[in-house]
Amino acid sequence: MSPLKIKKGTSKHSAYDLKDPNGDYIERHTLACVVDNEAGVLARVIGLFSGRGYNIESLTVAEVDHEGHRSRITVVTTGTPAVIAQIKSQLERMVPVYRVHDLTEEGASVERELALFKVAGTGNDRIEALRLAEIFRANVVDSTLESFVFEMTGHSEKIDAFADLMRPLGLIEQARTGVAALSRGKE
Amino acid sequence: MANKQMTGAEMVVQALIDQGVDTVFGYPGGAVLPIYDEIFQQSKINHILVRHEQGATHAAEGYARSTGKPGVVLVTSGPGATNAVTGMTDALLDSIPMIVLTGQVPTFMIGNDAFQEADTVGITRPCSKHNWLVKDTDQLSDVIHQAFHVATSGRPGPVLIDIPKDVQFAKGTYTPKKEAHTKHYSPKVKGDIERITELAELMEKAERPILYTGGGVINSGDSATALLRELAKETGFPVTSTLMGLGAYPASGPQWLGMLGMHGLYEANMAMHDCDLMINIGARFDDRITGRVDAFSPHSKKAHIDIDPSSINKIIHVDVPIVGDVAHVLEDLLRIWKSRGRKTDKEGLAKWSKKIEEWRAKRCLSYKNSETIIKPQYALQRLEALTKDRKDRFITTEVGQHQMWAAQYLGFEEPNHWMTSGGLGTMGYGLPASVGVQVAHPDALVINVAGEASWLMNMQEMGTARQYNLPIKQFILNNERLGMVRQWQQLLHGNRYSHSWSEALPDFVVLAQAFGAKGIKCTDPSDLDDAIMEMIKFDGPVVFDCGVEKHENCYPMIPSGAPHNEMLMGEDTGEDAIGSSGAVMV
Ligand SMILES: Cc1ncc(C[n+]2csc(CCOP(=O)(O)OP(=O)(O)O)c2C)c(N)n1
Ligand SMILES: [Mg+2]
Repeated sequence: MSPLKIKKGTSKHSAYDLKDPNGDYIERHTLACVVDNEAGVLARVIGLFSGRGYNIESLTVAEVDHEGHRSRITVVTTGTPAVIAQIKSQLERMVPVYRVHDLTEEGASVERELALFKVAGTGNDRIEALRLAEIFRANVVDSTLESFVFEMTGHSEKIDAFADLMRPLGLIEQARTGVAALSRGKE
Repeated sequence: MANKQMTGAEMVVQALIDQGVDTVFGYPGGAVLPIYDEIFQQSKINHILVRHEQGATHAAEGYARSTGKPGVVLVTSGPGATNAVTGMTDALLDSIPMIVLTGQVPTFMIGNDAFQEADTVGITRPCSKHNWLVKDTDQLSDVIHQAFHVATSGRPGPVLIDIPKDVQFAKGTYTPKKEAHTKHYSPKVKGDIERITELAELMEKAERPILYTGGGVINSGDSATALLRELAKETGFPVTSTLMGLGAYPASGPQWLGMLGMHGLYEANMAMHDCDLMINIGARFDDRITGRVDAFSPHSKKAHIDIDPSSINKIIHVDVPIVGDVAHVLEDLLRIWKSRGRKTDKEGLAKWSKKIEEWRAKRCLSYKNSETIIKPQYALQRLEALTKDRKDRFITTEVGQHQMWAAQYLGFEEPNHWMTSGGLGTMGYGLPASVGVQVAHPDALVINVAGEASWLMNMQEMGTARQYNLPIKQFILNNERLGMVRQWQQLLHGNRYSHSWSEALPDFVVLAQAFGAKGIKCTDPSDLDDAIMEMIKFDGPVVFDCGVEKHENCYPMIPSGAPHNEMLMGEDTGEDAIGSSGAVMV
């Protein structure tokens, strides 16, 4: 059979369809998964996100029911509506996952994050840091003559804002827990 | 024998027996010796010694797909476990129920880089439906029962249980099957009645409907197949199927359109493109099926029946999503549709079938035959003609052009008679799969339609065939090329055949003899029938080296990224034909 005469580069095609079918607009969702606290469960959930190319903006996990060995994994993720729907059904079909709550979709919710900030400085900077901490209702949990450790809980944006203000005032280290979230109301 | 004390190794064997397992495919090693010792001392479970752990996994897949029961694999730690990874991934993508038992170094040595230690649960987490590392003998039997439950319920898949050697030696309490903790994993099998009613309404109004069926119908079991056939018969709707679903609707059935997708039939793909109602039953809108997603079946309402909610709206947005088991949903659908008066748009359907006949008339599978060279299509047509009357014919395949031709030219009348690596496309699948099928059906005619390159990937399993007197037939369409790769290079990479030639091939006849099998070579079309008959009649394993046309291409073909109505056909392959409209799309 005679070979086809096709010039290099004339083809848009490959073995895979290279176009991303998912549209443009990206949403941010907070998902809470109740899981069996068995060995490897966190790796399984994280592996799903990395393996399928989903984003993780924040992640918190801890056992919430010691008797029933249930943990709650709170993930803040971003994606198109289709991707978010996929993430939820992919999580739901995992064997150790009991329930997945989309707190962003299921109505009002409270979201909190805890952060610790180490701010070093003297003189005016030190006074200004303390004053701002008061405004933001951050607590001083450690102090030396040249440093403070502030503790603060709140919405992630509030914590971001505080961090931005502390930066020029001597912020040298910070630790954040990631988001914990619950729906409002009695349900 | 409630809750007896026994060693972990005894538990493994007891739990397998309780689960009704009759066959295990395995390979021993240091970390599973206690289990092998137990296997030695019993006679209920038949252990098949493979020649490579990958062979064990594909054999288990062949066993599972041809019986509807889960396949069981037993391998050692480290290299034994890593060799099982390809087969597990294959089973995950094709939803094959499989239980893999691996030995592990003793619990107190885990993490020390001990001899033959690998992080087996870590490595297999993404290629299993679920996996467990069991550190306590008391939990072992419970976990094994859970594992069978998980592997076989909902969307089936492979699971793995990693058992450290000290857990195999230690004594513990046996949990019988009935008392095992399986409740929390219980996927929904009944579909939502409102949605099913919505689908019934659409069926009544549809002028151009199509049933697009997949492996899920077969996984759902014999009743699903029967219900699909009833649905097709009652409604008169045409039926197409994915590679994995072949046999659910009989190839001789009047409404059969043939396989769809990248190398699917013209009439099947055109009908998918032009339909006004697409009913996806247990298929998953795989990219080999959809082609260009934004041009996929643009004028249709789509319903999707799938037991796995994550399959729905993953790739194609559907109008009527129905989460549930195929058999349960089809039963409800038929009941509702009948109770509403069995309505269909007769006039619309008549026009639709006329249209389909026009597409069929294109005879997309025709090819230019030769009197001197065996065309691969011809070889398969002859194989079909000479074996199709055997109800006990099972076909496995390797991966490549031969696989697609087999899907096109062989007809399947029943489910579970066709095993091929669909989702992963694993070269080396077919020979060990044929071993597994033959173990499950000792008297059946089991044929592996192979390419020479794929076949070499797991040819060591001929030793297994010889040891257990498995009369498998290896029908190798030998084009001395990595044919499918060469085809893509011809069509898309300017004929630059980079490393797609099978060089330095063995003499397959001598190779067969070296394994104690029969070797047959055939290169002349006029000898072919006799040679095939000689293969079938021989009572023992046969390697059939069928020398075929080297540069034949597999058509029809939808180049990736093209929509269904822009297929390349056999006659387009001349130099001129491609110059015009087709050129843009190749
Ligand atoms: C394990 C593995 N490696 C590579 C590939 C890519 N691949 C797909 S088809 C093919 C060629 C197969 O050649 P052969 O078995 O001779 O079949 P033919 O296409 O010639 O019929 C290759 C290399 C694959 N599918 N699987
Ligand atoms: Mg070949």
